[in-house]
Amino acid sequence: MSAAERKTMLLTTPFHSRVEQYCELNDWGLWQGYTTPNSYFDMELEYFAIRSTAGVLDLSPMNKYRILGPDAEAFLNRLVTRDVTKIGVDRVGYAVWCNDGGELMDDGTIFHLAEDDYRLCSYMRADDWLEWNASGFDVTINNESDDIAALAVQGPVSCTILTLIGCEGLNELKPFGIARFDFEGVEMMVSRTGFTGDLGYEVWIDPSKANALWDQLFDKGRDYLIKPIGSHALHVARIEAGFLQANVDFVPAEIAVRPGRTRTPLEMGLDWQVDFNKSLFNGRAALVKQREEGLRYRFVLLDVEGNKPAEHSFIYKNGKQIGIVTSAAWCPTAKSNLAFAQVEMPHGAVGDEFVAEIYYQRELQWTRLMAPCKVIDGPLFNPPRKRQTPAPAH
Amino acid sequence: MNKYDAIVVGAGHNGLTNGAYLAKAGLKVAVLERNPHIGGATVSRELYKGWYYSNCSYVSSLLRPEITRDLELPRHGLQVVPFGGGATFMQNGDHFGSYSDYGRKYREISRHSKRDANAYERYRADTSRQTRLIRPFLLKTPPDPTSLRLRDLKDLVDFAKPFLNMGEEGLLDTIKFWTTSVGDYLNEYFETDVIKAQHAGSGIIGTALGVYSPGTAYVLLHHYMGDVDGNVGAWGFARGGMGAIANALSKSLQSFGGDIICDADVERIIVKGGRAKGVALKNGDEYHADIVVSNLDPKRTLLDITDERDLPKDVVQKAKNFKIRGSSGKLNIALDGLPTFDGLDPKNPLMSGDLHFSDSLERMERAYDDWKAGTWSKDPYLDMMIPSLTDPTMAPPGKHMMSVFVQYAPPKVEGRDWTDEDKDGFEKSVVDQISKYSPNFRDLILHCETRTPREIEAEVGLTEGNIFQGELTFDQLLFNRPFPGYAQYRMPIKGMYMCSSGTHPGGGVMAAPGANAAREILYDLKRPNTVPGSYADD
Amino acid sequence: MTKYDAIVIGAGHNGLISSSYLAKAGKRVLVVDALNQAGGCASTKAFANGFHISDCAQWVHQLDEKIVKELSLEMHGLRLGEAKRTIALQSSGDHLIVDGDSLSGAGISAADKKAYKAFRRQMQVFAKLMLKLYRTRAPKMVDADWGDRMTLLSLGLGLKMMGRRNMRDMMRLVLINIYDVMNEHFEHDGLKAAIALDAITGTNMGPRSPNTVFTYIHRMVGEALGNRGVSQVMGGMGSLGGALLSSAKTQGVEVRLGEAVTRIIKTGDRVMGVELSSGDTLEAIAVVSSVDPTRTYRDLLGYRNIEAGQARRVEQYRTRSGTGKLHLALSGLPSFVGVSPDDHSQRLIIAPCMDAMEAGLNPIKYGELTSQHVFDISIPSIEDPTLAPAGQHVLTALVHYVPHELKTGWDNNESAREQLLQSLLAQLEVYAPGIRELIIASEVRVPEDFEASHGVTGGNWHHGELSIDQALMMRPFPGSTQYTGSVVGLYLCGAGSHPGGSLMGLAGKNAAEEILKQGVLS
Repeated sequence: MSAAERKTMLLTTPFHSRVEQYCELNDWGLWQGYTTPNSYFDMELEYFAIRSTAGVLDLSPMNKYRILGPDAEAFLNRLVTRDVTKIGVDRVGYAVWCNDGGELMDDGTIFHLAEDDYRLCSYMRADDWLEWNASGFDVTINNESDDIAALAVQGPVSCTILTLIGCEGLNELKPFGIARFDFEGVEMMVSRTGFTGDLGYEVWIDPSKANALWDQLFDKGRDYLIKPIGSHALHVARIEAGFLQANVDFVPAEIAVRPGRTRTPLEMGLDWQVDFNKSLFNGRAALVKQREEGLRYRFVLLDVEGNKPAEHSFIYKNGKQIGIVTSAAWCPTAKSNLAFAQVEMPHGAVGDEFVAEIYYQRELQWTRLMAPCKVIDGPLFNPPRKRQTPAPAH
Repeated sequence: MNKYDAIVVGAGHNGLTNGAYLAKAGLKVAVLERNPHIGGATVSRELYKGWYYSNCSYVSSLLRPEITRDLELPRHGLQVVPFGGGATFMQNGDHFGSYSDYGRKYREISRHSKRDANAYERYRADTSRQTRLIRPFLLKTPPDPTSLRLRDLKDLVDFAKPFLNMGEEGLLDTIKFWTTSVGDYLNEYFETDVIKAQHAGSGIIGTALGVYSPGTAYVLLHHYMGDVDGNVGAWGFARGGMGAIANALSKSLQSFGGDIICDADVERIIVKGGRAKGVALKNGDEYHADIVVSNLDPKRTLLDITDERDLPKDVVQKAKNFKIRGSSGKLNIALDGLPTFDGLDPKNPLMSGDLHFSDSLERMERAYDDWKAGTWSKDPYLDMMIPSLTDPTMAPPGKHMMSVFVQYAPPKVEGRDWTDEDKDGFEKSVVDQISKYSPNFRDLILHCETRTPREIEAEVGLTEGNIFQGELTFDQLLFNRPFPGYAQYRMPIKGMYMCSSGTHPGGGVMAAPGANAAREILYDLKRPNTVPGSYADD
Repeated sequence: MTKYDAIVIGAGHNGLISSSYLAKAGKRVLVVDALNQAGGCASTKAFANGFHISDCAQWVHQLDEKIVKELSLEMHGLRLGEAKRTIALQSSGDHLIVDGDSLSGAGISAADKKAYKAFRRQMQVFAKLMLKLYRTRAPKMVDADWGDRMTLLSLGLGLKMMGRRNMRDMMRLVLINIYDVMNEHFEHDGLKAAIALDAITGTNMGPRSPNTVFTYIHRMVGEALGNRGVSQVMGGMGSLGGALLSSAKTQGVEVRLGEAVTRIIKTGDRVMGVELSSGDTLEAIAVVSSVDPTRTYRDLLGYRNIEAGQARRVEQYRTRSGTGKLHLALSGLPSFVGVSPDDHSQRLIIAPCMDAMEAGLNPIKYGELTSQHVFDISIPSIEDPTLAPAGQHVLTALVHYVPHELKTGWDNNESAREQLLQSLLAQLEVYAPGIRELIIASEVRVPEDFEASHGVTGGNWHHGELSIDQALMMRPFPGSTQYTGSVVGLYLCGAGSHPGGSLMGLAGKNAAEEILKQGVLS
């Protein structure tokens, strides 16, 4: 096999040698062309590590774009729906972006690394769209996805463990803050961010130090019960925390094929992300129009009766189908059966009651369950430690 | 007595399909074939001992699954096996692999350009949008926009609806797609030459146009709208070569009681009192029927086997003006072993796919410039495959069969007929090109069948050797195919029909024209329809 | 500070026409242009000593009769020369003369003569239908409002009225190439090429390119607009600009020449006015741009002031040009073999056959010079002696094809220019032996030069390639049709808008009507 051909094989992250070692179940999945574990040793225990001790997720496959130049801020401000000027240096902001039609393309986080220097971290790839967006701006955009190794360290003891590997004073870092530390002579960037809704951090470092970082974390964290976590555990945690995901909860605009399948941020419950005071951003005119003319859909969080996850369920109101579930899981900490759903307007106000059509199988027998469910306001899991500064020790 | 209910002229795949559906409806059908073998351009022939050549059409994707299933072709021996992607070899020694696995293809594009890899997602969505528009109309008769008949008006509305559902910008994008060149279209997505070149191939295959000619973006669609087992855009080999399709169709036809008569060279359609009454063969035999269906291309149908005096003048003129251009040739090669290509592992699945050697739009366009100047391309665009890597029946064990589709080759060389020297020169330009990328190729050649438009026309009867029986430009598509006013398979002579690739939805081994024509004939005969409708698209 | 109803950027013909119609409706209008003379691509420049040439467009053949009348352009000094015959020069010296419906010379057959009449009749039917669409904004089809539906209905009726035969022919012809259609109709190579020349003028296509019948019908609309073939403007093309300027001023339009608009000012989601090179800013309710869409959005407004998808549309808009010009100052009247001295004032074309035209196109696709050019020649000083010193003459020729992007680059590439000039003269010499000896001064203009002198992107003076995927409802591109895009108060009125270029004036007029209809001005 030639070198060129090898590059088309599944990719591995900088942590792969360690990940492979820890992946006792040999349960692998695919994330953006990278081999990543669905679960390492026990999906449920991994989930509870996030909520009770500390879970480590290899998030190196995330797409990372460096945006540099005098127009970096203006560029981002036209790209995303929120006001980027409000993200100070060494701060991180959540953001979503649309095409001209106001149709949602993706969400992600913007790291304000220094003056005129940002990093956009996204779930979907964005090379093409960012380049088109760069026309007329004095910016350079570098895809640095392969140049940075990243781990999420999430859970109540995450701060304590990171402090032990050299992040002195990390407990003073506010949510969405960025701090920098020395790690074996290279800079290690830590942001208080995550996808689990818990106290947690994301650690960014040069790939050459990936193994050392992993080893230190698991060495110093052993007594604090640190565990690696796979994507299945993360999936439950993110639903519990109320985070939506591109290509799961909505179809990204530019890859949607069928008419009418895309959604706007307003229809995805992201109106808080849309700053109409900005005079221009991609999709503004269309969103202004939609705000005036009314939404077609509403994105809701449902509390579903019973304990059967409402995955891929139809949602009914008075016998008429008015929506579909996009993500669902039994959430062990909230002890709730939660689901995200897109429902047609005017349905979906907090307190609205629907019926979810759930199918589940036990010993070859499929059962159809018509489970009552109710629209609730915000995630059920929202612990104070997520926000507290200084961060609690455990 | 040679008396039938319906006679179909030409046992190509559309003729056989047409005959099968008419026979299924209870008609007594005969399909007449000039050659000693059936299949037309859908054949497998043993021209070198132990090697089978799909010596015209060579891959399958467009064959309508509704027809395959309805005529029980699998039971009659048809097996279509998909193949794994394709590649373009580059002059710098590298290659671009169009892997059929999406993730792998993505990583391969990324190797050349990350931006292009991302843009490919947009490209795929945009072309899928167009494919979804056209697929439901393949098994439908095109409506006549000039007609006020209820049926046409209803069909027109049905036709327009999905277009209008796309929204104003979506509709304009669709019109742009249908009218732009594949080169300009690809420029809106990609920055890398080889990636553009790889995708542009589908925009020119079988077409006498270049990558910068407006209208070629649609031709791309024509190669994207097929499927293998529901994988839209996938291509496969018929096990045993393309002749397997014709054989299965013929068995299906015979299972409904239809007759196939070979060595029956039709000289003319017998017309009495303005009605088709049968056909007369060159040997003097006559076959009689009230329904005569021609599977020959529109020019041969109307200018060769129909008496001009039986036709309205404007139809004769339209047939003369029908664009059917030879633009391609083919080499079928028996190989003593597997050729190797620099940078590609012989086990790589790309090896069983379509391989190309044109790594820029400019080279492809220059190949077209040669054609315009009346000569074969000196640096041709090749669509090369080794079917024996997928189908062991094509060559003896350890040996291989190679099929090389060559673009461009003119119907006449600088205005005169092809000579044997021309044919040698044509062959050399192809063999030389492949040899540049495959060091052992030349030494492996045991036998080479070289087919210029001259050979294709002489043997298969495709005018000018045009593989689609007529250019796939908008002036000859949908309700314009073969020409406006005659797109509903009926010819001006009562009882006479056309069912060839020269009618909607056009060329490629699709069998849809044959089926659509059968539906119209049965409609005219007020018989129950036997032709299936389209599967709902997903 | 004064606030205008509308500031029109660019005093080209569309800009002036648009402003005149706005002013006629009582609006306060200012026109600004970077050049010191009005007219844009309809311009005359001094050349050598005592010579004047139309340095961009040289023929009028699409100008709307109605506009001429409504703006009293004749009163304001517009004088068109006589309608020219087209003399298609043949190497034999026995030339083909095309005069309206009739053909003569070059051994043209009776069959061709007859076929030509029939062909023209049909094209005129199509052009008449197209004119309906040209006289109004191109309708939206999905988001159609009442006006759009009326246009669509009227087009539908127009189609039906043509009769089934014409309608069927049109369905087939609208996207086909001129090459095949010529071969279907005619025998004479020179005739085919002469017609094909009209189909490819202003495009980046050759006769074999599909969609070139559409561009021919586009050209034929000129006749439906009241033009009899081509004619020259007395005093040079700049006089058209002068007449338009004078008319505009009479309507009360303010005009500032020699001042460039450097920026369109946008506050919030609407335009506020423009900034001039002097640094002054001017306010207006509407900014109406007659410069091409690329320059309007990319340079004047700036991509950062529009949404990214729209910027992508602008970037994807094709503005390559394949047309150059040859200008000669001559010490005497050249002698084209076989052309009588009187006929030298006619339109002389060199287009031997369609295959040669197509072959001429090939190299420019790759950024190379061709050696087979097609010429569209005018010696305007015969009919209009003011253009040259007594007894002397100017010759201007539109030349196809000249690459918009030369592989070796045009910038400071004197050797390429010299090579092009020599190749043009060598070709000319075949038909007009001795012409070289008459040359006092010569100049070749390549697309890049038009970009520099007239500010047209890509040197394309039609403000974007005329090709059906960039025409009609698609012009200039989706999201910016019907003379306006997403920016409130910003309008397009130039040739980049429907129905496109060729000194027609309808884009300017339609845009003004659209702005007035919207009722946004005071």
